[in-house]
Amino acid sequence: MEAVVDNLDLLLEGFLRTLTLTALAATGALCLGTLVAAMRVSPLLPLRWAGTCYVESVRNTPLTVVFALAVFGLPKAGLGLTFFQFALLALTLYTGTFVAEAVRSGVNSVAPGQSEAARTLGMSFPQTLGLVILPQAFRNVIPPLASVFIALLKNSSIASAFGVAEATSRMGSLIEDNPSAVLWLLAAVALGYVVLALAASLLFSRLERSLAVAR
Amino acid sequence: MLYDVQGPRARRRTLVGSIVGSVLLALLALVVAKRLADQGQFDGDLYRAFVEEPQLWTRLGEGLRNTLTAAAYGLVLATVTGIVLAFGRLSTVGVVRIPAVAVIEFFRATPLLLLIFAFFLATPIVLGIRIQPLWALVLGLTLYNGAVIAEIIRAGILSLPRGQTEAALAVGLTRGQTLGSVLLPQAVRVMLPSLISQLVVLLKDTSLGFIIGFEELLRVGGQLRQFLNNPIQMYVVIALIYIAINLLLGRLATYVEGRQRARLGQAVTVQPQPADLG
Repeated sequence: MEAVVDNLDLLLEGFLRTLTLTALAATGALCLGTLVAAMRVSPLLPLRWAGTCYVESVRNTPLTVVFALAVFGLPKAGLGLTFFQFALLALTLYTGTFVAEAVRSGVNSVAPGQSEAARTLGMSFPQTLGLVILPQAFRNVIPPLASVFIALLKNSSIASAFGVAEATSRMGSLIEDNPSAVLWLLAAVALGYVVLALAASLLFSRLERSLAVAR
Repeated sequence: MLYDVQGPRARRRTLVGSIVGSVLLALLALVVAKRLADQGQFDGDLYRAFVEEPQLWTRLGEGLRNTLTAAAYGLVLATVTGIVLAFGRLSTVGVVRIPAVAVIEFFRATPLLLLIFAFFLATPIVLGIRIQPLWALVLGLTLYNGAVIAEIIRAGILSLPRGQTEAALAVGLTRGQTLGSVLLPQAVRVMLPSLISQLVVLLKDTSLGFIIGFEELLRVGGQLRQFLNNPIQMYVVIALIYIAINLLLGRLATYVEGRQRARLGQAVTVQPQPADLG
């Protein structure tokens, strides 16, 4: 117990790092995923094909392998970044595929009459997608997106194995220093993640309610 | 469909767009390739071992075997745990249901790595026994995936028509018998595609074993690339192995789903509560 209280500042610092990593990767993945989803529903065959290749390959690769490729592979290609930047890159690339799939299923869930009406008004494909379909699609996929981002929060713990001093990594070094407090430390960090996950799911369900449209 | 059958003008526009898109993608590929070439990443030396060293593939095969072993143990134990937790959550008795709900929600919200650490780091200190990395990994996988599978099975059971329960109770089966011999077999069949998809997540998650020193595919690859100094090539090969296995599993899930739809004449597969994506 004391080990947790005495090192609370270290743990909180770790969770702050976890949150920063998660928030930045979520933003990146949302942009990347939306772009890839748009590519995959577009009439342009090469873009559709490229989007499918990216999603199917990265989604079926373990996140740890994506991390290893970024952290050990990129320096060999002359790209030296900090561990935090590598972790951000790996998490963004990996989560982007799940966001893309969620957004794509949202696009498919919008009633066909919407895009027909948009076309009848003479809108081009980018206009139809950007102004009519995507705003409705996002509304439909808030619950799956929420679980994607909560998975991202939990996945960010893998960064601890690749040199980022986030919550799980702080816990590991604290356990080394205070082996007898191992259960307290584990419980405290697990509780931290559960609280963050709960907060995120509350936030998203409020967002869902505030964006809901009566039909 | 977001676009109509195209007329001549739209076809021309699509063609131009496709060509521009292809050129951009080709340029991107070219930039990456040039970068890799500048850094000497296309040197034959970095690839030779894959062709000339059968030992390398023996080692990777051993790693893959360990990966599949952990996944198999994890799958069996997680399914059993999942069934127990699902029954607990569906129980009408509060003292059974509430702990089951708490366990499911807690393990779904905790990072898997933390669960694996819990078994790996805590058992030697608290219980005084040192468990093998394999078992720390398998137990972590069991708890996390058990909680997810419990929700999948529960969604399956809740999707069955009420008449099934009513008929079973009417012929005098107890609630336990109803769940075990009437509802569960049907629920598993309905949720089989979701269960196979969860297997993909489980298989990918076995790679967390490398963090606690379990000699699975990724760790073996890590040892080999330190020796051969070819991380890009080595990890791409490992990624390809995972992708091949997981695409096959994905195909299997789609096939099973299609067969069920054909047999029952409708979309019967139910999505569980959005499961987490390990």
